[in-house]
Parts: sequence; structure tokens; C-alpha cells
Amino acid sequence: MEITLRDAVTVIHGMGLGAILLLGFSGAFFILYSLAFAGHPFTVRQQKFANGYLIGLATLAWLAVLAGAYIIYPWYRAVPPSGVANFAEYPKHLLTASPTTSGWHDIGMEWKEHCAWFAPLALTAVAALVIRYGGRLGEFRGLRNAAVALLALAFVATGVAGFFGAMLNKYAPVRGGPEIVLMKGEGHG
Amino acid sequence: MADTPADTLTNGPGAATVLAVAAGGLTLGVLALLGDAFPAISAALNLWKPTGALSGVTDIAILVWLIAWFLLWRRWAQRSVDMRRVGWAAVAMFVVAAVFTFPPTMDLLQGK
Repeated sequence: MEITLRDAVTVIHGMGLGAILLLGFSGAFFILYSLAFAGHPFTVRQQKFANGYLIGLATLAWLAVLAGAYIIYPWYRAVPPSGVANFAEYPKHLLTASPTTSGWHDIGMEWKEHCAWFAPLALTAVAALVIRYGGRLGEFRGLRNAAVALLALAFVATGVAGFFGAMLNKYAPVRGGPEIVLMKGEGHG
Repeated sequence: MADTPADTLTNGPGAATVLAVAAGGLTLGVLALLGDAFPAISAALNLWKPTGALSGVTDIAILVWLIAWFLLWRRWAQRSVDMRRVGWAAVAMFVVAAVFTFPPTMDLLQGK
């Protein structure tokens, strides 16, 4: 059982950081609802947990977009040397070479590469609002609504990026680099 | 912090946080569109070659966001501001950013 380095990094980016981030949104919505809408008084310990949870979520989002833009995207958009006919290690060129798959790049990647950045920006703002106002966020109706809207924006941006990331990797996986042996298998030949 | 006395806690810092993040998002949208429309701007945004113009788009957007946050926070640290206006301004900026980063509308705006 082997995996290439590029595959491994892509898995960490999408199925690690991205998937955990998506799962984490339910907790963030619960924190905001409980704190700012239902008016449940948080103890100091609970408030610290809420702050840490939202900082953690924002950190996951930053790591996901930074890894995506500065590690995986260069592999994705690499230009094949002249004479290369097999685009397996050049995902962008593999997709754009055929009209049946070019849309995954023209819409999917072009959208994902930009809109994904709304997630860490918005999540950082949500974390800052909760840390600053804590249990009194509900007293400031405009800020409370803005926090929910920003959280929803981050969720949608993460969803778009995650969906297209998965589809892009299905049609043109980012692959290559050294092989990492995860487990020795048995031949069935 | 969260335990600031009621009389000293204003919505100013929060409004600064909301408006600054919207400014960062708008910058990202505007630069993405300009980079897509004009090859010269795309080349100027190419701050790190492996990532291409995306590096400039995102780095500048982050810079604008952080500077705006710092300046607005300082300005509104002790003030109460009209959150309705700030909120709608932020919504407008994010809507423009969303339109400018969605490939079909990017193409439409460029007449492609």
C-alpha cells in the first residue's frame, strides 16, 4: 500500500484540514447560538473553550488555504515540458485538454482558488468577535447578526472549496513525487 | 475582553472587525477580476511564480484586511458606531467580492 508525496499532502489538505473544518462548523454555530441568541451564561472555563474552539477552527482554515495555494496549487498548475504527451502529473493541463473536463478547471478551480479564502478571513473575524464580547455579544444585535452571517459565509466558502476539491481530485488527481510505503501487501497474482 | 464593564464596552471594535474583513474580501474580489481581465495586472500580481497571480491577489487582500482592521480598531476602539450602516456596507462588499470571484460572472463582466 503506497501513496505518493503529492497524494499524501492533498489528502491532508482536503480530508484532514478541510473535512475537520467542515465538521467543526456545527460546533461553532452551536457556540454562537448558545452564547448570543439563547443567552446561556458561559462559565469562565466554557468561555475559554469557546474561544479556543473558534481559534482552532480559524487556524484550520488558514492552514487549509495556505497549503492549498502554496503547496498543492503549484503542482496542479505546473506546465508540462514540450513533448510530454502524458499529462497525468499535470492536472490542469489534463483537464483543459478536453472540452468534457475543462469546466472542472474553468469554473471549479478558478472559483475554489479565490472563494476558499473567505473562510479563514470570516472565521478569524468570528473568533475575534466572540473573544472580545463573550457572553455580551447578544447585547449588540448588529454584531451578533454579523457573526452568524460571517460564519455562514465561511461555511459556504468551505463547502464550495471542498466540493470542487473533491471533484477535481477525482478527474485529475494531484499525484507524483516520492512513493511513501504505508504497508507491505501480498501479491494476488 | 469579555468582562469589560458595561459602560466601557462599545460596538466600535466589533464593527471594525466586520468592516475590515469585508474590505479584505472586496480587495480579493477586485484583484481576482482585474488579474483575470488584464494580463499586465496578472503579471504584476505574480509575487511568487509557482502560485502565480493568486499569490498577489491573496497576499494583498490579507494586507488590506490587517491594515484596515488595525486602523479601524484604533479609530473606533472606544466608540459606538451605526452598526446598521457598517453591516450593510459589509454585505455590499461581500456581494461584490462574490460576484467578482465567480467565474461565470467574471467572464460576463469582461464580455467573454
